[in-house]
Amino acid sequence: MKKEINFTLNNEKVTVEADTQWTLLYVLREVLEMTGTKEGCGYGECGACTVVIDGQAVNSCLYPIMEVEGRNIITIEGLMTKSGELDPIQKAFVDEGAVQCGFCIPGMIMSAKALLDAKPKPTEDEIKESIEGNLCRCTGYVKIIDAIKSVAGGR
Amino acid sequence: MDGLKFVGKRIPKKDAPLKATGEAIYIQDLKVPGMLYGKILYSKYPHAKILKLDISKASALPGVKAVITGGDVPNNFKFGFLKDNPPLKSGKVLSTRDEIAAVAAVSQEIAEEAIDLIDVEYEELPGIFDPIEAMKEGAALVHEEFPSNVLKMPWKFVHGDVEAAKKESAFIAEDTFSTQWVTHCCLGTSGCVASFDVGNTLTMYSNTQIPSLAQGDFLEALKAFGLKNKRVRIIQTVIGGGFGSKLDTYAYEYIAILLALKTRRPVKIVFSREEEFLATSPRQPTITKISQGCDKDGKLTFREMAMVLDNGAYTSWGATTPSVMMVPISSLYKVPNIKYTAKCVYTNNTYSQAFRGYGNPQATFAIESCLDQLAEKAGIDPVEIRRINANESGEVTPQNFRITSCGMKDCIEEVVKRLDWKNKCKRGNGKGVGMASLIHVGGAARVYKSDGCGTIIKVDDNGKVDVITGASEIGQGSDTIIAQIVAEVLGIPMDDINVINNDTDVCPWDVGAHASRTTFVAGNSALGAAQKIKAQIMEIAAKNLGEPVDALDMQDGIIFSKNDKEKSIPLGKVLRKAHYSLGGRMLVAEHFYDPPNENFDQTFRGNLSVSYAYGAHGVEVEVDRETGQVKILNYIAAHDVGKAINPMLLEGQIYGGGLQGIGYALGERMIYDKGYLKNGNFLDYKMPTVRDVPPVQAVIVESDEQAGPFGAKGIGEPGLVPTAPAIANAIYDAVGVRIKDLPITPEKILRALKEKEGQKA
Repeated sequence: MKKEINFTLNNEKVTVEADTQWTLLYVLREVLEMTGTKEGCGYGECGACTVVIDGQAVNSCLYPIMEVEGRNIITIEGLMTKSGELDPIQKAFVDEGAVQCGFCIPGMIMSAKALLDAKPKPTEDEIKESIEGNLCRCTGYVKIIDAIKSVAGGR
Repeated sequence: MDGLKFVGKRIPKKDAPLKATGEAIYIQDLKVPGMLYGKILYSKYPHAKILKLDISKASALPGVKAVITGGDVPNNFKFGFLKDNPPLKSGKVLSTRDEIAAVAAVSQEIAEEAIDLIDVEYEELPGIFDPIEAMKEGAALVHEEFPSNVLKMPWKFVHGDVEAAKKESAFIAEDTFSTQWVTHCCLGTSGCVASFDVGNTLTMYSNTQIPSLAQGDFLEALKAFGLKNKRVRIIQTVIGGGFGSKLDTYAYEYIAILLALKTRRPVKIVFSREEEFLATSPRQPTITKISQGCDKDGKLTFREMAMVLDNGAYTSWGATTPSVMMVPISSLYKVPNIKYTAKCVYTNNTYSQAFRGYGNPQATFAIESCLDQLAEKAGIDPVEIRRINANESGEVTPQNFRITSCGMKDCIEEVVKRLDWKNKCKRGNGKGVGMASLIHVGGAARVYKSDGCGTIIKVDDNGKVDVITGASEIGQGSDTIIAQIVAEVLGIPMDDINVINNDTDVCPWDVGAHASRTTFVAGNSALGAAQKIKAQIMEIAAKNLGEPVDALDMQDGIIFSKNDKEKSIPLGKVLRKAHYSLGGRMLVAEHFYDPPNENFDQTFRGNLSVSYAYGAHGVEVEVDRETGQVKILNYIAAHDVGKAINPMLLEGQIYGGGLQGIGYALGERMIYDKGYLKNGNFLDYKMPTVRDVPPVQAVIVESDEQAGPFGAKGIGEPGLVPTAPAIANAIYDAVGVRIKDLPITPEKILRALKEKEGQKA
């Protein structure tokens, strides 16, 4: 059964005809063809699909599309400026060497964004808390922590 | 080396902006017009006869375009190192990851529904899940066509006289160590899209680490499928992690090819996370008996090791890991007498394959744990016994490895200093320190007949440079390292260099992203090509400027005379002048670098690598005697890398490898119970999270390897090689119990502490 859903996606109003069973991740990737948000497991344990909904980092693979009505969603595609400049968090991930294979990175960055929007100067422990649901197999997390710290002006 | 502008600098990874913005296209993201979705049905049992396989309901489901079973595999085609693995199994299944049917449908959902409609009846058979049992006389055969469950690959290396050395040794330590299955956990799962054109050229969109070898494998398959003399093109999407998991071709790829042939449409198969756990090939479990001896001064006299590896039901390249295990076994420290045997044994378990380190971590766990046992027997400090026996440059090891640059001693001293070893060891307060060293191939590894990599460089009319390399980019940073080398040679900005590395129609041959070889081999190849194109550029510029070639140099894309800086010309202008003139020319250069290393001979001797990478890890732990929990207080990873082309990316390899090693040591384990995987998900398979990151220092030791590009050696794998024994040794120092079976869980520590208490009482 399909239903019309309205929400704000990366600062633009969006209307989607969605099956009530669909997840937000499915709509992003398969309906809207925005593939920046990744699926690493599909059951909420790796964080690769993290997006920010009303300021909160959430696993979009578990998030029912029906819950999205009226909400404000930011995905990795929404961070770059219109003139093509990287968001400071994206730039920090690039400059600090926090990106290897990169599959976890959009989710990591969105978790970091939710944190830094709410708390511009987080402690190291708060940084770790913000990405403890985001798995990365390449980096050993060290440079990811460094990148988030550098945005927070903590270096 | 002074005056370097790009080499040695912390330059961001070239493809990082693409990945950080979500623009990078992984196999998961790829859609090809007309594409169908493939799905595989796996066996329900680890060992069973298939009595009935009814696909009629699945075939009738609207949207299903093809259903195939073992009978659809032409000419009894099998793949794998020993060609023992049919892409779809008929009659009998040998493991729970056996593929027995596959579907192609217009959507992922329909494909999944169709899989559920396939009706299979089995007759369960008793299985063999313990390699020791499988080796016994009269054990049931996993493959009835072979005479024994022991693979016919007699791994044996003998040097000197171990028996005589045993008699002469002042101290001997011997024990048995074992290791577990661990899996790569690439965040991007495996997958491909197979597509045929009207002329039956196969295009495989793939995340393979071995495009050139995979091309060969698929050509062989096409031949078996009746398509002789065809072409295969491999296009690599951005790869979501490798670590060895994509170092072979897999059943799902052949299944996608068969489905694409049957439907004449592109077919995509991408693994779910559950499939990734079930149907990719983990690191092989090992049981190792080891004995090592030393004289009264602590000089090693012999090393004897016998290993059993659980091969699983089929044979991949992973069955050759004993060849790399031999590297530390023969050559970690100076050991005059060596005996090593290894047996790979068929079981009804999952089959193993390559994983970062390729056998070295299993071997080094036994060697370095046992070395501490020996040091204790001899009454020598663990650091001291390593100093006494450390490798040195100029050495020729028992396997005839010619050691060129060697920073092993420097690595050991870095660990000692940074851990404050003297004050931190033998405190007896629940805190302890441990260390372990490593040797690994650092200048390629001649496993195949060629160990080469090709590079083509072309320069366009505007002075922009395309570097077309055989080297695969799997996140390790080869795109950036290669660009840095070319930028350094040519004297042009990094941004003017575009690296093309993902299409066999365009890229030259390369043996693959394995053996920590890419910086060394692809780097040397790029270096050679850059020198050739530079010579061409300078020749034309010399004519234009009326200066001799020797007088010219290039910086920031401007060619100038060293004698008269006024005399200069931008690179782009040189190229346009060359191109747009009568009898004009384009600037292209190619260079194939095949390192001067050697294949092993019949006795497993030969200089496998042009240079060898060394390192030492040291760790301080705190062990909670009540809970058995291990906390890492400090972790030092010192690596001899020859020369760091890019220290930032290199640290990333060490940190990433180190944490994989910590997972291997302390928590990760695929739990197989009688052939069934019990923890095939991220919740139950304890891959390290950010909470598991200890305070860690990556220490770069530079030994300037003469044969390496700008002095560099490999660093892809070494980061996780000595981690587990360093931790095991630290735990022993902290609480006096030695855990010989990975992973070192709190339960094992508590049990050992209890046993120790019992012995005292």
